[in-house]
Amino acid sequence: MPSVMLRKREDGKLLFYVAKKDLEETIESLEFDSPDKWGGEVVLGDGSRYYFDILDAPPKIPLTLQAKRL
Amino acid sequence: MAAMTREETEALIQEVLEIYPEKSRKDRAKHLAINDQSLEKSNKCITSNRKSLPGVMTIRGCAYAGSKGVVWGPIKDMIHISHGPVGCGQYSRAGRRNYYVGTTGVNTFGTMNFTSDFTEKDIVFGGDKKLAKLIDEIEVLFPLNKGISVQSECPIGLIGDDIEAVSKQKTKEHGKTIVPVRCEGFRGVSQSLGHHIANDAIRDWVLDKRDGDDSFPTTPYDVAVIGDYNIGGDAWASRTLLEEMGLRVVAQWSGDGTIAEIENTPKVKLNLIHCYRSMNYIARHMEEKYSIPWIEYNFFGPTKIAESLRRIASYFDETIKEGAERVIARYESEYNAVIAKYKPRLEGKRVMLYIGGLRPRHVIGAYEDLGMEVVGTGYEFGHNDDYDRTIKEMGNATLLYDDVTGYEFEEFVKKVQPDLVGSGVKEKYIFQKMGVPFRQMHSWDYSGPYHGYDGFAIFARDMDMTINNPCWKNIKAPWKTETTSAEPEKAVA
Repeated sequence: MPSVMLRKREDGKLLFYVAKKDLEETIESLEFDSPDKWGGEVVLGDGSRYYFDILDAPPKIPLTLQAKRL
Repeated sequence: MAAMTREETEALIQEVLEIYPEKSRKDRAKHLAINDQSLEKSNKCITSNRKSLPGVMTIRGCAYAGSKGVVWGPIKDMIHISHGPVGCGQYSRAGRRNYYVGTTGVNTFGTMNFTSDFTEKDIVFGGDKKLAKLIDEIEVLFPLNKGISVQSECPIGLIGDDIEAVSKQKTKEHGKTIVPVRCEGFRGVSQSLGHHIANDAIRDWVLDKRDGDDSFPTTPYDVAVIGDYNIGGDAWASRTLLEEMGLRVVAQWSGDGTIAEIENTPKVKLNLIHCYRSMNYIARHMEEKYSIPWIEYNFFGPTKIAESLRRIASYFDETIKEGAERVIARYESEYNAVIAKYKPRLEGKRVMLYIGGLRPRHVIGAYEDLGMEVVGTGYEFGHNDDYDRTIKEMGNATLLYDDVTGYEFEEFVKKVQPDLVGSGVKEKYIFQKMGVPFRQMHSWDYSGPYHGYDGFAIFARDMDMTINNPCWKNIKAPWKTETTSAEPEKAVA
């Protein structure tokens, strides 16, 4: 369960950053991204997939979250 | 020698790797790469931030060097205790030339060495009592210090001393910030982890000290310069440009910096990161906790400076944007004169770099402004994100080498034959004896500053006086030169 820091890049894309792994990738797709549901499976720019617990509302970015590796 | 093609570079790498035993060859091959600008991600071509192989000559430092030497050391009004045996502190004392203003030994302590001087007794019975006594002594002898940091050396972690408990106890007694830093040298693979540990210590023990205290008057133009260590006065040369364009620099991290500046940093509007490698952790933390955006900038060479000033200005209103243009215009004639003077002497010269932190990619622009070409670059302790940022800066088919060994670097230089090598003091004399012009780029070879427009003039002068120095023609002993003059030398009485 790496702790992941999410931040917005200047072009509006979400960046997925894991300090311990030096991993900084863009998020290509997010399973749920609507005002009442956020999270689920994410696919990164390099093709790897992670899972965020589903939240009731989109969180305020930047934020550190726990992600599960799929 | 013309630029090398991909195949030639590949062949060169293979040739250099030949000498290693098979297992090491396989490992080292991952750290040597040919630059390919079409790649977006460096992990496709190069591996970095891995343990160095036993037996090779690595140029890396340790976690203590990263924390005490780089991040904490330059904070001038704190006393940094090298907690452990005397050598680590003494042999690294004042070597980095982080300039500062103040009276050393009275209100600033940058070039001094404070150590608990561990002996066998302390290893056997523990050194916490000694540390407590040391802190008390510091309070008596140097009452104007604004805080103390305890920088652990290897034995502290090995014997399991509780420096946190001592620090908390003494903070209560003396009412000053006392920060325990767990930067034992054996942690991690290089000084890079020391930077991270130091950043985390600042985050946990210093940064939140003034949360909820609004007595510090702020302006909409407050910025902090982060990751500029004021080597030879670099931070001052950067600061003047930012102030000239109308920004207010609240804090310098950490060259010529104070603990008060660090505590005030969460009140700024924008964090400016120069050394990404050593300070990105704290910038990311401040972005998350205090919603302060951060950007990287580059103050080497007029092209990159103008680019950076405009980028910084884009975060502010029109007055700052005008200010940026005004600053660029003001220095235009100055830097054009520098280029006009030195470019004809340096045009077409080829440079190989091997440094740490930000310079392997940041100085490329400055060399290009002088018409020079960087044909190889590498990081001592860079991570993947550093190489991501380097790929676009370097030309195609140039060499990239991560944690290069002494042997590889020498061989590369012999084969590529650059006109200048820029690296650290450990490599300096090897290359000078080989007859290759060399600049020590860790602390600007006792020169500087190199940042900003003022620094660029000094940078250009230094490169010229190194490359075009007449001494390089006299490297070979006179009786070994083939073209001896026909006329025998006249004896002088």
